Amino acid sequence: MTPPYPPSAAPLDLLYSETEEELRTAVRSLLAARCDAPGILGRIESGRPHDPELWRTLAVDMGTAGLLVPEKLGGQGASHREAAVVLEELGRAAAPVPYLTSAVLAAEILIGCDGPEATELLRELASGRRIFVPALPLTLAPGAPLPPPVRDVGAGVLSGTALSGTVMAVADAVAADVLLVLADTGLYAVPATAAGVALTPLVALDLTRPLATVTLDGAAGTRLADPATARAAIAGALLSGAGLLASEQLGIAEWCLTETVAYVRGRHQFNRPVGSFQALKHRLARLWLDVASARAAARAAADALATGAPDAPLTVAVAQAYCSGVAVRAAEECVQLHGGIGMTWEHPAHLYLKRAKADSLALGTAGHHRGLVADFAELPAP
Amino acid sequence: MTAAGQAAAAVTADQLLVRVRELLAAHPPAATGREDFLRARFDAGLAWVHYPQGLGGLAAPRSLQAVVDAELEAAGAPDNDPRRIGIGLGMAAPTILAYGTEEQKRRFLRPLWIGEEVWCQLFSEPGAGSDLAALGTRAVLDEAAGEWVVDGQKVWTSSAHTARWAILIARTDPALPKHQGITYFLCDMHAPGVEVRPLRQITGEAEFNEVFLTGVRIPDAHRLGAVGQGWAVARTTLMNERVSIGGMRIPREGGMIAPVAAAWRERPRLRTHALHQRMLELWVEAEVARLTGERLRQQLVAGQPGPEGSGMKLTFARLNQEISGLEVELLGEEGLLYEDWTLRRPEIVDFTGRDAGYRYLRAKGNSIEGGTSEILLNIVAERVLGLPPEPRDDKDLAWKDLAR
Ligand SMILES: Cc1cc2nc3c(=O)[nH]c(=O)nc-3n(C[C@H](O)[C@H](O)[C@H](O)COP(=O)(O)OP(=O)(O)OC[C@H]3O[C@@H](n4cnc5c(N)ncnc54)[C@H](O)[C@@H]3O)c2cc1C
Repeated sequence: MTPPYPPSAAPLDLLYSETEEELRTAVRSLLAARCDAPGILGRIESGRPHDPELWRTLAVDMGTAGLLVPEKLGGQGASHREAAVVLEELGRAAAPVPYLTSAVLAAEILIGCDGPEATELLRELASGRRIFVPALPLTLAPGAPLPPPVRDVGAGVLSGTALSGTVMAVADAVAADVLLVLADTGLYAVPATAAGVALTPLVALDLTRPLATVTLDGAAGTRLADPATARAAIAGALLSGAGLLASEQLGIAEWCLTETVAYVRGRHQFNRPVGSFQALKHRLARLWLDVASARAAARAAADALATGAPDAPLTVAVAQAYCSGVAVRAAEECVQLHGGIGMTWEHPAHLYLKRAKADSLALGTAGHHRGLVADFAELPAP
Repeated sequence: MTAAGQAAAAVTADQLLVRVRELLAAHPPAATGREDFLRARFDAGLAWVHYPQGLGGLAAPRSLQAVVDAELEAAGAPDNDPRRIGIGLGMAAPTILAYGTEEQKRRFLRPLWIGEEVWCQLFSEPGAGSDLAALGTRAVLDEAAGEWVVDGQKVWTSSAHTARWAILIARTDPALPKHQGITYFLCDMHAPGVEVRPLRQITGEAEFNEVFLTGVRIPDAHRLGAVGQGWAVARTTLMNERVSIGGMRIPREGGMIAPVAAAWRERPRLRTHALHQRMLELWVEAEVARLTGERLRQQLVAGQPGPEGSGMKLTFARLNQEISGLEVELLGEEGLLYEDWTLRRPEIVDFTGRDAGYRYLRAKGNSIEGGTSEILLNIVAERVLGLPPEPRDDKDLAWKDLAR
């Protein structure tokens, strides 16, 4: 029996281009200057985890909000490969900015809608001046059934739209200017400040990507797409989101490994650096191997998305199934090998552990993605 | 680009293709004997294109070898059976190239590449495996004859039963610390005093051997590198042993996972939920390992070698073992069977042509041969991550005073 995927699809480009490295350098130096751990912790304690100034520089001044948006629609006309590099760096800094939600998920949804209203909004999104957030649970996975849509109780009864319903665990909703709402009658853009929109912040595990419950009670919005188009657009966005999340996970894992290696080299117990003990050396060497593999998997997903490879859904599922676990393990090793200090609030390790663990649920668990692999590769369950 | 890279860039892919076509025109594979074709290919500089002119190469960039190989394969040209002569190609040749005299290079590289002369590696000893530099095989110079007289025992020597030549390291000065008193030789396996005894292994066959060396005489002209510099030479060999990954593109589901996936598709009655989960995990890991290898290959082609190579052997050893273990379980009653316990002396290791039980058992060697996984993890930790080296108290002691 021959496997179902194209046997000799063009080889993926798994390296970083020079442009991508330049982009990385720019983002990294911005984050080094403006997004340190004490700053993140201070913001979290003030109850406003997002950093709007950082977002402005990153999204508006550097133009990263519109990387996925075609040039003719006001974006950069770049691709998933460049967005992936930005996400690697944001993961490495555990940066509290709504990049994944606005610049990736919302952008892909709007790109999939294709009408004049969506095009107009896409321009705004690409400018970085307004933040768009899909009103969908962060756990929603590609290939999973969409949650029951918000109901449009206005349709047919009143002259306008009256959206009513509740969506749980919406990431970055508190930073949103516009919510993209899936209703039974189609997709709607609803201003976050519109009458009938209530955001209830939740206490989230991941302190750097806040969650809220979105409650709509007769809210009005602009219709962007019919239900079928809306669902297809969301499906495409979830695929891209999951594929690019692998790069964020890679960034997290890399930070954890680098920090831990530096720490165990300097920390002395028993009259020698703890990093000279073979039990730790082998653990870290294995982790390094896993991170090197995660890089290949994440790059493959980004490139497959960028080129629209026919087997992109499989490549994305492979990346998610692999990178989630590596990020969590890297963060867990980071806490453990830092000893007592790794358990403190002051040390940033916990920010990464929380982000890594939440990311492992976001856009589908590793188990969900393995299930997708089973479908794509025709390896059915019993 | 480095200076070496610029010099090498003199030969282009197009020029190589022209040469390949000339070779094929002058020696049509269908009408030419296998070894004759290989000789002509070597002499055309198309054996290993990055080697110097006259030694099978054209000083071209290493990455262009793939262009030549693809073209020749498409034309149905015979290959030199790289698996049968892997030790010669992967270890002896690069070491001879780096340390050999002109005389030695001309004498040994051509028959090595053509496969007329198989090589083996006489490194490990009963008392020196991971700690290879502790080896005790002695070589004493008979100055009058200009020959070295070698006595000792080697072990786990793959291909010793088919080999014509061996790379050999032996101790030439026991009074020096262990890394300093070693010298590297090219040993004639047909010389008097070389005795090869099959060593049966876990799979039932005798793929490797014990080699006893009793008064074996090696002319000084077959010494590789200076007297006492054998450890530096051996390090070149060992580095090449571990780097031999790369070059080949593996298709998706191309390695050990293939028979497992096939069995899963073809035999629904074997499926359980627990096996499904394990299989999917390993399928994903195998795919990621394939991508990692591909990324490494792309880095090499782009002239930016990364350290990932030192990890690939570790990854494949672990995966091969886990996947072949799963395969045995997956097969139900058939997993209880083994194809053949006859003591055989195979010329190559053949994972694909054998049954699941063989794969399971043979894969156990993947984490031992060519450096154990523990040793390789040390190397990654120390050279890639920069963690402190293992404490050692044998560095300055004379070899003869070491605990054994
Ligand atoms: C199939 C096969 C083919 C081979 N072919 C050849 C060949 O052709 N030529 C040749 O010369 N050799 C060959 N070898 C030998 C191989 O290189 C050695 O077996 C290997 O280097 C390990 O040495 P050892 O067997 O003496 O084990 P030991 O070094 O005694 O190791 C025993 C255990 O201790 C561990 N250990 C040792 N030192 C350390 C340390 N510092 N830190 C942590 N753990 C440590 C090892 O990892 C291992 O688990 C072959 C081996 C196999 C299995």
